[in-house]
Amino acid sequence: MTTNSRSLPPPARSSSGWALFIERHPVLVFTSPATVVVFILMVFPVFYTVYMSLHSWFASSVTAPEFIGLANFKRAFTQDERFRNAVWLTLYFTVLATAMQVVLGVALALLLNRPFRGKGFFRSIFLLPMVATPVAIALVWMMMYNPTLGVMNYLVGLVGLGPFKWVSDVRLVIPALAVVDTWEWTPLITLITLAGLATLPLEPYESALIDGATPAQMFWRITLPLLRPTIMVALLFRSIDCLKTFDIIYVMTAGGPGFASETLNVYTFQVGLFYFHIGYACSLLVILFALVLGVSLVLIKVRRGSW
Amino acid sequence: MHGRRRPGEGLGTYLLLILILLPFLFPLGWMFLSSFKTQVENTAYPPVWVFTPTLQNYREVFIKNPFFQFTLNSMIVAAGSTGLALILGLPGAYAVARFKQSGIALAILTARMAPGISYLIPWFILFTKLKLIDTYTALILTHLIVALPLVLWVMIGFFEDVPGEMIEAARIDGCSNFSAFLRVALPLVKPGIVATAILSFIFSWNNFLFSLIIAGFKTRTLPIAVYNFLSYEEINWGGLTAAATIITLPVLILSLFIQKHIVRGLTLGALKG
Repeated sequence: MTTNSRSLPPPARSSSGWALFIERHPVLVFTSPATVVVFILMVFPVFYTVYMSLHSWFASSVTAPEFIGLANFKRAFTQDERFRNAVWLTLYFTVLATAMQVVLGVALALLLNRPFRGKGFFRSIFLLPMVATPVAIALVWMMMYNPTLGVMNYLVGLVGLGPFKWVSDVRLVIPALAVVDTWEWTPLITLITLAGLATLPLEPYESALIDGATPAQMFWRITLPLLRPTIMVALLFRSIDCLKTFDIIYVMTAGGPGFASETLNVYTFQVGLFYFHIGYACSLLVILFALVLGVSLVLIKVRRGSW
Repeated sequence: MHGRRRPGEGLGTYLLLILILLPFLFPLGWMFLSSFKTQVENTAYPPVWVFTPTLQNYREVFIKNPFFQFTLNSMIVAAGSTGLALILGLPGAYAVARFKQSGIALAILTARMAPGISYLIPWFILFTKLKLIDTYTALILTHLIVALPLVLWVMIGFFEDVPGEMIEAARIDGCSNFSAFLRVALPLVKPGIVATAILSFIFSWNNFLFSLIIAGFKTRTLPIAVYNFLSYEEINWGGLTAAATIITLPVLILSLFIQKHIVRGLTLGALKG
């Protein structure tokens, strides 16, 4: 901290007052540009959202926001059928998508955890789904999911399944969207797990071999427990992002058919930026934020290794 | 080439690799192929796999739409937000790494957890009042919400790799705090800065939600252009996939240069892949 600047001789060239100020308060000078901008850009909107969640306001310049206390929250939890549907769909989508990509991602990592040439090339290809533009991904999957002409029905038809209506089917829309998210993010889990596997110690495996353990036993008793911290962090990162998924769902279904894929984020978008019911949208955001923050706190705990 | 064959490196491994890669490559490959097909070939069932490629779709996309303008808009916003994020974020990341200010970083991470719309609504109201909707300024500022935490978090990792002794040595030689940062630390993390800049550029280029609300006709970015294209050209798959290819290809190429750092960027520095 500041002990550094105190123990060192004063720099020869720091003659002006500004240079002296930087010498005395390096932390303040270096961090304040970022801190101030983050505060204005990010912290202020969060407070604004909490403030507005206690008001009723339709983004009109004629009528001012009216303070209504917790009425927005009461309305959401007791009267709003669409909100309850959105909460359920958000959780359904998050659990389904995260479970699919974590199981698949870890399984692929275990399969790939062997030496082969061209690892860099493999990684480059594997990264493409997660960097590709979400709007383009959504568009391609919409085309592939087309009920009459799409290539997905052709492919599942080859193994005797379908035809399905995919995102046009009320019951299939969330699983179909979860498949897109899984396609996009499984490589991330695989790469994280591979990095985790590379750091595992060899000794437990050696002693297990001597004790005559089967490969299955070694996986369940050694590999999985050792990988647990890595998998936990990956899982929490993905669940936080899944709770907030917007682009893919909005472009592919806009919450439809009906409200069958209207997650909390999509519903809030409609309430706030389509109906301009700002106050109510802000209270929905507070609820979503509470949900995400709860998961984030667990994540930070895991990252510090205290859990 | 000369060495012995390592165990596991047989035909089976490469077959396995191809089997695993195929489903992940297929949608992007299908997009690419479809953009070179005619409308008849694109609506054929069962799907056509062999065909004579045509550039007609690309020609149409550029003739019917101001796609050059959209590309330019995307570039201005991505470069603007990335540049600003670097100027603001680099000194901050340096200070966090060198003076162990993890409290600041944690606060930024928490703010990053809020859903994007909770930033969008206040800024939308404010920008409407200031008549800044549909300006580069507003777009760059909203994209900074993503770019600045990204730069801070990824760069903290790179600055932590700079040996403290080098900074100490420069300080003893009479370097001020500022010139130690500018002349010693910055050159050492140059590869990190390039990787972070590319990551931040990609994030801004791909951004949909903020641009959807803040951009108007004058500043429309590529994702919004493609989205609008979708609503009135639902069945013109050739044109749609051509537009999707135009928007995705630069990102895919850029990502190849920084493949080692993408996982770090996507998990905000929490994990290396």
